[in-house]
Amino acid sequence: MLSGAMVLASAPVPARAQMATSLGFHIVYACFGIAFPVVVLVAEWIGIRRGDPAALLLARRWSKVMALLIAVGAVSGTVLSYEMGVLWPGLMGRFGAAIGVPFAVEGVFFFVEAIFAGVYLYGWDRLSPWAHWWSGMPIAVSGPLGALSVVAANSWMNQPTGFVLKAGRVTSVDPFAVYFNNATPYETPHMVLAAYMVTGFLVAGVYAVGLWRGRNDRYHRLGFAVPFTIAGIASPIQLVVGDLIARVIERQQPVKFAAMEYVPRTARGVTEWIGGIYVDGHVYAGLGIPYLDSILVAFDPGAKVIGWDSVPPALRPPLPSLIHLSFDAMVAIGTGLFALAAWQGWEWWFHRRIVRTPWFLAACAVAGGAAALALEFGWIVTEVGRQPWIVYGYQLTNSSVTVASGVEVTFAVVIVVYGILSIVSVAVPVIMSHRWRTEGPSAEEAEQVPYGPPAPRSASP
Amino acid sequence: MSPSPSPESLAVAIVLFVAIAAYALLAGADFGGGVWDLLAGGAERGAGPRRAIDESVTPVWEANHVWLIFVLVLLWTGFPAAFAAIMTALFIPLSASLLGIIMRGAGFAFRHQARGLRTKQITGAAFAAGSLITPFLLGTVIGAIVTGQVRYGGPAGAGSLTGAGGLAREIAAWTTPAALLTGALFVSACAYIGAIFLTVDARNRGELAVANYFRLRAVAAGLVTGAFAGTTFGVLSFSSPYVFARLTGTALPPVAISVAAGLAALILLLARRTRGLRVAAGTAVAAVVAGWGWGQFPYLLPTTLSLQAGSAPANSLLAVLAVAGLGVLFVAPGFALLYWLQQHGALAESPTTGSLRQAAELAGQPLDQAPAPARDSHPVVMTIVLAALGAGAVRDILARARTGRRAGKE
Repeated sequence: MLSGAMVLASAPVPARAQMATSLGFHIVYACFGIAFPVVVLVAEWIGIRRGDPAALLLARRWSKVMALLIAVGAVSGTVLSYEMGVLWPGLMGRFGAAIGVPFAVEGVFFFVEAIFAGVYLYGWDRLSPWAHWWSGMPIAVSGPLGALSVVAANSWMNQPTGFVLKAGRVTSVDPFAVYFNNATPYETPHMVLAAYMVTGFLVAGVYAVGLWRGRNDRYHRLGFAVPFTIAGIASPIQLVVGDLIARVIERQQPVKFAAMEYVPRTARGVTEWIGGIYVDGHVYAGLGIPYLDSILVAFDPGAKVIGWDSVPPALRPPLPSLIHLSFDAMVAIGTGLFALAAWQGWEWWFHRRIVRTPWFLAACAVAGGAAALALEFGWIVTEVGRQPWIVYGYQLTNSSVTVASGVEVTFAVVIVVYGILSIVSVAVPVIMSHRWRTEGPSAEEAEQVPYGPPAPRSASP
Repeated sequence: MSPSPSPESLAVAIVLFVAIAAYALLAGADFGGGVWDLLAGGAERGAGPRRAIDESVTPVWEANHVWLIFVLVLLWTGFPAAFAAIMTALFIPLSASLLGIIMRGAGFAFRHQARGLRTKQITGAAFAAGSLITPFLLGTVIGAIVTGQVRYGGPAGAGSLTGAGGLAREIAAWTTPAALLTGALFVSACAYIGAIFLTVDARNRGELAVANYFRLRAVAAGLVTGAFAGTTFGVLSFSSPYVFARLTGTALPPVAISVAAGLAALILLLARRTRGLRVAAGTAVAAVVAGWGWGQFPYLLPTTLSLQAGSAPANSLLAVLAVAGLGVLFVAPGFALLYWLQQHGALAESPTTGSLRQAAELAGQPLDQAPAPARDSHPVVMTIVLAALGAGAVRDILARARTGRRAGKE
């Protein structure tokens, strides 16, 4: 264990921070990769079906933004593939044969997505309308299936199954058991629904601002209604799924659940804490509801809930306050988003109209950001809650990190690069929308030379 | 000599090298486009070639890029120990190549929306610089592997670099003459294959001046690539005796094929023929990849980790092969469609205003009229939504009841 002790001495903090940063950014782009094609295809479908110029214009403009986000998502996905090896050679060298299986499947879906993105995004003018619409279907289908595969890899880290370990080496692998591990069935729908919510609320928010400013035309109403409907349908399902997951976590990863709910000691009739900070056995500034945690876990006020004292201190997740508050914030935001969707749903069901109250539109404007925050909080709960394990119950994060020097440098570069990427991928759509609003169609049509002096176009055919 | 590899690990190794060859050819051509973009001169003079590069690269580069991810996935699933050792020993060039990949992809994507000349130049420079450094660094990685700079150090797969040496060793691994030469070879090979593809694309579009522009550059890049290939080959004789001995012995066929195909491509270029040009040049490049694999057989990491010793358990390898089969089934037709459409000029960046015309055609009415009224109710959609909600609620209640019963029994 001497080498293990040496590795422990060089704490994996920069590596973990780098992985967390890259994943934290990529997960938002991934949401757009999963859900945006559906939003665009619905708009295009309305446009073709009804001959609606507003819907078609929306679809085309969204597809421009989609081209940008898919490109950034593709490179940022590459970053993660590299980091699996560059940062965690101890994980991949030992368990690559098992965890690699879902990634290999993901490769096929990634191919399908990238190929048909090329056809869909650049085939607007030469393909017939319906042929073009169908060329987008493979993107919409491969998004969630790709998510299934990647999330299956993460689920496997939480619930590792399907391999035989002999003398520290994986000697046999059952690919199906790896792919369909115990956590895949709930982690995947949670992530895919989150993707629809993040994308839908973010896109709808843009048009909510437009409506708020009084641009109450068909273009803005559709631009709001299409993504909001998709996110709104996902919201109640997400509440149900999330509720189920919490109870499954309680059984499968009781220590993670204990950190999520502040359960230091295994006990019956456990208090549910809402908010609050945990310091040395006390919860400060939290609202404690007696017996509620036991009721939520087993529908019984006397039910036993396992606390983190069930494992030695070295095997407990760090920062229970971070995990608990992230969990609470995610639940709170999810519930709020559901309320927003229900409000609009009610109005549509009975009055067939979009709510135009400033309160509602203001909430919608920030709903996308809130959904993205909830996504990040959920990610923190999953990942920090799994610590100190990288493969739950089998391998510690400490013993997986690279021995190469220079992670501090790459971490700094990653922060800078992702900072630039995020700023630009927010700023560019904003600039694009400003141009669309202020310039006539002729200015846009003139702008087709990708690089070079703006004016002369003599070289083009 | 280590025992010969099992059929499945040999099969995965072949799939891996096919994927590497595909990446080298397809993404290599896109990188080459970036290199020519970099060398196209000032904004005014370079506008023509840059537009041609953009037209050829835009719809396909992402799909081509996925080959790299597929290569990584194949490597870590099929040969995890080799993956871990490579990623540890070559941390620096790999991390730096990642920066190149980001610059290339993001620069390219953002450039399409840039308006002012200055922004275009900045984003274009990121694209071009990324296209230059990525193949160079990936080349040094392969040079380091071939020359045995990545050594397998144990089951943990961390390589033998843990002890003394540290940073100095990490830098030395990929800065040997052979590795640097391989990097240069990769850049010139990308420029070469890129110029070939651009020549044919421009000819197909009927832009003869642009085609000739790239034809001359393809000749130059081909000669430079040949010179680099010859020098690298010579350097291998002392920096990697094992691979050199195989390349001049058992593994001679790919070397011969590469030379012959390269010469054939050169003759076609000089004769201004485009028929068969891409095949000849592609064969020359793919044969180099094949020669590399064949040359270091049966080693994953010459000469410390053999294919047999570094392979994942058989079931993982079979799963990878099954996935590759799925890929042939689903991905190959997709690629065929993508390239067919691209070659027939069906894929291009288009202004969004086209939708207005399209809508007018579809509706068969002038644009200023309101669209057809929407239907007021959607019974099918509502049924599905309510059914989904109801099913979720029922499932939730049942799960609650079950856990409640179980807790009660305890």
